[in-house]
Amino acid sequence: MINYIIRRFLILPFILFGVTILVFSMIMMLGPYQRLSTYINDPAQLKGQDMDKLISKYGLDDPWYEQYSRWIGGVVHGDFGWSESAGQPVTEAIFSRFPATLELALFAVIPVVMGGIWLGVLSAVHHNQKFDHIIRIISTIGWSFPTFVFGLLVLMIFYGVLGWFPPGRLSADAAAIIRSAEFVRYTGLNVLDGILNLEINVVFDAFRHLIGPIVTLAIVWWSYILRITRSSMLETLRKDYIRTARAKGVAEKFVINKHARRNALIPVVTVAGPMVLGLLGGVVIVESVFGYRGIGQYAAQAAQQLDYSGILGVAMYFSFLLILINLIVDVSYAVIDPRIRLE
Amino acid sequence: MEWKEILTRLIKNKLSLFGLIIILFFVLVAVFAPYLAPPRSPEDAYEIPRAGWQVEPQPPREGYLFGTAQGSYDIFYGMVWGTRTAFRIGVIVVGLSSLFGIIIGTLSAYYGGIIDEFFMRITDVFMSIPFLVAAMVLTTILGKGLDNVMIALVTFGWMGTARLMRSQVLEIKNEEFVQASIALGASDTRIIFKHIIANCIFPVLIQAFMRMGSMVITASALSFLGVGAPEGYADWGQMITFARDWILGGQGSALKYWYTVVIPGTAIMLFSLSWNLIGDAFRDILDPKLN
Repeated sequence: MINYIIRRFLILPFILFGVTILVFSMIMMLGPYQRLSTYINDPAQLKGQDMDKLISKYGLDDPWYEQYSRWIGGVVHGDFGWSESAGQPVTEAIFSRFPATLELALFAVIPVVMGGIWLGVLSAVHHNQKFDHIIRIISTIGWSFPTFVFGLLVLMIFYGVLGWFPPGRLSADAAAIIRSAEFVRYTGLNVLDGILNLEINVVFDAFRHLIGPIVTLAIVWWSYILRITRSSMLETLRKDYIRTARAKGVAEKFVINKHARRNALIPVVTVAGPMVLGLLGGVVIVESVFGYRGIGQYAAQAAQQLDYSGILGVAMYFSFLLILINLIVDVSYAVIDPRIRLE
Repeated sequence: MEWKEILTRLIKNKLSLFGLIIILFFVLVAVFAPYLAPPRSPEDAYEIPRAGWQVEPQPPREGYLFGTAQGSYDIFYGMVWGTRTAFRIGVIVVGLSSLFGIIIGTLSAYYGGIIDEFFMRITDVFMSIPFLVAAMVLTTILGKGLDNVMIALVTFGWMGTARLMRSQVLEIKNEEFVQASIALGASDTRIIFKHIIANCIFPVLIQAFMRMGSMVITASALSFLGVGAPEGYADWGQMITFARDWILGGQGSALKYWYTVVIPGTAIMLFSLSWNLIGDAFRDILDPKLN
């Protein structure tokens, strides 16, 4: 296992280097004038200056490797330039929205994973019965539903018609409480801060705004986890040791919960990577549909307004996050499943 | 397994039969688009005609079967010609990205060693940027428009196929029939095309079916996010963008403009659902133990 983990860590620098090269080569597709925007930290710098002078000052016509080393120097220090669409430096824009996206992702992952596993196991246990067929059909439909269409329908029905789950992140009253002097921002997560400050109205309001985006994100990924769990569980239930347990007279409940489910869940760990990958994309769509001010909405807004530094910054931060999560998943998989260590 | 047998079993399965019928329907709509919705001028048939200059969507009425969207764009026309756009995106993006994936996966697994390491690390790098965000960045940089959306989707869409193909080839490489033809002195090209690819293609094909739907969804999501098709271009994602400002309805009824989102939404959903159903049934046929 140590070898596997060491190898996994040795690859890491290559991946990080590769991602920066990939993003940098996309930057280099832009002309020097467009690229100027990713180097400037404040539009005031442009006043009274000749653009060409700035281009040679920042070395935007230098060979690419010199530009790369300069750019990577900035990236290491978290300097991604000025974001036109946010009106502030990219890193600041991203970090100010980070708690919102984190809150959404955390609340979405919990029902997705729990519900997906639960239904997946049930579906496998009731293999080829009515329940299984219904779950399979619903999950195929959920999997085929475009996130943005589903989000718009949720908004139309649950906000337009019923008025339950409004778009945005907070309504005006709750926002006023949060901005007031007595309210301490411990974490930046509205629900958690509301609980810590004993402001039940804030908790309730924050939840109300989260439900639409969560359901929309969950519907797609729930089907995904369900499918993986189901097929893994079906395979496990056919194993010899399960037959042995049943032959010994172990109660069916124990066979499923103790013997089968635990082992069936091992492969489910591996989908955590792809799921985070999809969630990070899904967040962009869901946040824009629901006008939820997070990193995803910022990315969409930056792309729409051709704010190159903004969108590239989001791409870099998202990839760092993804690389980190993939690393955690791979290492923990090696710890959970002894078989992988031998490969 | 023979093609004929696979097709028979796809038709016998109710779910995949449903999928096949829907896809056939969309194919017919795409083929007969010029008759179903005659364009005003054949040169720019993909330009959705406008019923007037009204901003507000208008419900279905005579001459406008599905009503008009924001800016008086004819929804029926957009849907019909958008079918062609959907197939174009699906076929081109899935075709090209699968081709790259097959080439890279096969080379990696067949030659192994340093070549394998090189290609797989590149694959890792490309998989380290969230797909939708990567496609969004590249489209933004190349400039808005469907061609650039397709370039972006192909650029960041080949890795899944490459990994799948690699694992398939690794399995088959050690089979006796491959070893036999190596021993007989067959050339690499002959072995790769005649024995390896021919025997690995089904799982890749299943994956391709599944990706037909998801690629069209992603492309329309990009249009929805404002970096896809230009305004007025016949594209399902574009049609939903038109609905965006109207989903909360107007005076009297919250569902006043339902047709602007439900009609194009249903089309995208059915399109993707059908490919998934076919892919699912296909997989069950080839690997019955996973059913």
